[in-house]
Formats: sequence, structure tokens, C-alpha cells
Amino acid sequence: MIMDISKRGRYLWYGRGPILFSGLVLVAAILPLFMDPFTTISATNVFIYVVITLSWTLFSGPTRYISIATAAFFGMGIYTSALVGEMLPFPLVVCLGGLVSFILALLVGLSTLRLKGMYFNIFTFGLSELIRHSVLWWEVTITGTVGRWVVSVDPVPVYYSMLIILVITIAVSFFIGRSRYGLALRSVGQSEEAADHMGVNVTAVKVGVFAISAFFAGVTGSTMATRWSYIDPSIAFNPLFSFMPILMATFGGIGSITGQIIGATVLTLLADLLLTEFPYYYMLIYGIILVIVILFLPGGIMGIWESLITKRQKETNENT
Amino acid sequence: MNFAFYCDVIFGGLILGGLYALIAVGLSLQYGVARVLNVSHGEFIMLGAFATYSLHTFFGINPLLSLVITGPVIFFLAFLAHRTMFNRIRKTSPSVAAFEGNSLLASFGLLFIIQNIALLGWGPDIKGLHYLSGSINVFGTTYAINRLVALALALVTGIAFYLFLLYTRLGKAIRAAAQDRNTAQLMGVNIHKVLGFCFGLGAFMAALAGFLVSMMFEITPTMGLPYTIIAIIAVVLGGLGNILGSLIGGLILGLVGNVVMCFSPALSLVAYYIIFLLLILLKPTGILGK
Repeated sequence: MIMDISKRGRYLWYGRGPILFSGLVLVAAILPLFMDPFTTISATNVFIYVVITLSWTLFSGPTRYISIATAAFFGMGIYTSALVGEMLPFPLVVCLGGLVSFILALLVGLSTLRLKGMYFNIFTFGLSELIRHSVLWWEVTITGTVGRWVVSVDPVPVYYSMLIILVITIAVSFFIGRSRYGLALRSVGQSEEAADHMGVNVTAVKVGVFAISAFFAGVTGSTMATRWSYIDPSIAFNPLFSFMPILMATFGGIGSITGQIIGATVLTLLADLLLTEFPYYYMLIYGIILVIVILFLPGGIMGIWESLITKRQKETNENT
Repeated sequence: MNFAFYCDVIFGGLILGGLYALIAVGLSLQYGVARVLNVSHGEFIMLGAFATYSLHTFFGINPLLSLVITGPVIFFLAFLAHRTMFNRIRKTSPSVAAFEGNSLLASFGLLFIIQNIALLGWGPDIKGLHYLSGSINVFGTTYAINRLVALALALVTGIAFYLFLLYTRLGKAIRAAAQDRNTAQLMGVNIHKVLGFCFGLGAFMAALAGFLVSMMFEITPTMGLPYTIIAIIAVVLGGLGNILGSLIGGLILGLVGNVVMCFSPALSLVAYYIIFLLLILLKPTGILGK
């Protein structure tokens, strides 16, 4: 699923890339002035899924460690919001949510260094379920409640907050992907032992990027919580939040930031469209999409695009 | 806190353990031999439970008899899923690790598909089956008949399966494929057939477990995932790929779960996860691992 990344994203350095990107951000920044609340919320939704998809791929894409723990980090962000939302201003709450997830991921990363392959996948899944059930037990036995109220924030500040997070996430994904750390991560994904022998500090790179990816999930969770106003452990730690980024990244194409943005956007809009009228069909459709992508489109939709371009290049080469 | 109470807890744990062992052995076949960590395992349990429920409620078929229909049907469905999906992934994946990753994702897809078809068909409500829910007196303690039937069925299946693995040609082929797939193929084992058969057999055991679950607990279309998780924990406990280990792992989990449940019901799942996380950190090869 990982393709040659050296060529990818070069337009972000020069030419139309940066102009296109800043243009899009600018448009997104002005949009709330013209949109009704419903559209604003729906656009925020898209941002949320793009961010968790990108943050999942940041670690799991190059290393091929399939992390099923996004829900844990996302949920930690949500609970941070619920606990301190009344005491602190909104931006601080959001940062704190990210920090809590970051620290959790550091601890998890440091304790699971030896785990590889399937053990890592299962562990991350078990972790988010453990946290969910522990929080539930804590709430029921110690606090005596199940759910909590979250101070709600207007849709427009939430929209801007998510937009800022989105821009930062894209920038971080892009720069990490092209930095030494990105190369180191990819080498870990290809062969961990070889990377180790080449002088890559495998541990530091893996844990560091895992924690950064968790930070973004936590930040998103904190922001998302203000939209719900009521949360309980099964909402906050819903395993769906672990599956969605995997599905969306696979659908879009794991090797490409653009692909993931498109994948997450398309699937989120599809969910919004179907959720109200056919609640079960949309998960059914997601399942079918996931199976089809894995079976027939190993590079996701960006893979199709890629193969179209190479085909065209071949044809032009033959003609000349 | 007298002797009878402890007997009760232990016996209840054994019944639960028998059920978990059945589920875990099914998953172990799918992972240990076919290398598919099938997260949709619980959905096959759910299908088995709902098939039993529907056949009993709408057609008045005796649940024990309906097993003759649901078992083979679910076996065939899973066999087909392996032939169409996982076989293709196996052929296109460059390495075993890539295959495991991709088939994990594909089985997530399968989970969504089966669960939501069930939700469309049966609706989200909780359902229950009243069958053999009377009680019987054994050694001074009262037991529900269906729990005794469950224990007996789990035991019989376990023993039958073990004998099958030890003494039949297909069983030997399965063990060979579990040890070394390529060598088994060189020795004339039809690996496609064996892997598909293992996957189907795993689902068959899930269907059997589903039948037991439908007699003992309430059922909903979303009930599958917790069972999958328990099965995964039991399989890891016994060592990934070790079928006998999964059986023991399931029994241990059932016992521990029932003991914890007697003292603090909400903590039983937490206890599973703590066992699981400690195990995976301290001894990832499982209790029977080297």
C-alpha cells in the first residue's frame, strides 16, 4: 500500500501547490460567514475525520503497525473536555486534551516496544476497550453516574478551531513525511532490524511519532466533545472511532496525504447523507467499501489515479 | 461463603469456560492455520444464535435439531468467504505480515457487513429464547438444564475435534499446514482446501457457540464484538496459533470471569483486559508458549 513517496507532495514546495493550499484554507476560513449552522457542523465533521485519518496514517502508514487505539486517544480528549471544560477557556481545554493523549501514548509506546505485528494490533485494540470499561466502572461505582455534561461551544468557534487543527495536522504530516523521521519510519516499516543496524533509533522514532499522532486524536476529541454536550464512556470510547480512520485512510490511499483527505471527506459526507435516513445501510456500505478496496484497490482511490497517470505517460512516451 | 457457594461459582465458571473455549478454538483455527485474525468471529456467533432463534420462533424447529441446518450453512458461508476474499488477499499479499494486516482489515469489513445485514433483518431489539430453561438438582445444588447441556456440548465438541485432528487424514493435513504451510503443500496437502476448511470449521464452532449463547443469554445483532474480544484474549492466553492452548485459555477466562462476576459484576470485562494486557506485555507467547 505504500508507494514511492519521494515524488509526492513536491507541489507543496513550489509552483501551484502552496498557492492552491493557502487558497483552499482561505476559502475554508471565509465560508462560515455564508453557511447556515447545519452546513458548518457538517464541514466541522469532515475536518474531524480528516484529522483523525491523517493522524492515524502518520504513524501506521509508514510503519505498517496497524493501531486500533484511536478511540482511546480520542476518548481521552473527550473526557478531558468533560472534566475541565467548565474551569478553563476553550483553546486551553483543547490543548490539554491533546497533551493527555500524548502522555498516554508515550506510556503505551514505551511499554509496548517489544510488540510487533499482530500482537501490536491486538494490544492497541485491547487498550481502548480496557480504558472504556475502566472509565465505565469508575463512573458507576465511584462517581455514581454514567454520563457527563460538557459545556457546549457555538458551531463557528468549533469550526475555526478544527480548521486550525486541520492545517497543523496537514503541515505536520507533510513535514514529518519528508523529514529524516519520515524516512526512518518508512525504513522501520520495511525492515525494523535493518533500520536499527543503519543507526536509526527505532524506539525513539516509533514512540515519538505514535505520541504525536495521539496528540492530534486527543485534540480532535476535546473539540468534538463540545458539540455533543452529553457524553458517556460508550460514546467517548466508541470503537468506531478506531475503525473509521483505518477505513478512510485505506479508501483514500495510505501513501498520499491528498488521497486521505479525499477519502475521509467522501466517506464522511456519505455517512452524513445516509445516517439520517438509512442508519444501518451506511455501515453496511462502509463494510463493502472496505472489502472491495482491500481486494481490488490496494492503493486506494489515489492508487487508481496513480495508475491512470502512469498509463497516460506510457502512451505519450510511445507516441513520441 | 460456604462450600456450596464455591462449588456454584466454579461450576458456573466451567460452563462459561466451556463456551469461551469453543469460541476460542474456532478463532484459533482461523488464526493459527489460516492466518486470518478474524474479528468478525463474533458475528458468526451472532448468526448462529439468531438462526437458532428464528428457526425456533417462526418454524417451531427444536433448537438442538436446528443445529443440523445452521451449522453446515454457516460453515459453507465462511468457506465461501475464505475462498473469495481471504484466498485472493493471500495471493496478492507480498508477505505473511502484509497478509495478516490486510486480512484483519478485510475481516473488519466483514464484521460491518454481517452485523448491519443482521440489524436490517432482525432489528436492534434484544431477543431471547426459552428452551430447556428448567432446573435440575445435582449434588444438592440446582442447575439450569440448558447450562448443563451447554457444558456437555462444549465438552463433546472439544473431544471430537481433538480426535479429528489426531486421527483423520484431514486433521493431519490441518496440523501440517499449521506447522509449515509450504512444506505441507510440498507433501501433497491441498492447501486451498485445508485453509478454507479451517476457516469454515472455525465459523462452525462459532455457530455452535451461538446456539449455546441463544439458550443462556439474551441476543442482539451487536452482541458479536465482546465475544470476539474474549476469544482473542483466550487465544493469546493460550499462545497465538496453539489450538490446545486456546481451549485451556478459554476455560481459564471463563473461571476467572465467573469468580470476578460473583464479587463485582461490572469488573469482569476489566479483569479480562488486565489479564490480557499483562500477558501480552510479560509473556506474549502465551501460557503454553516456549
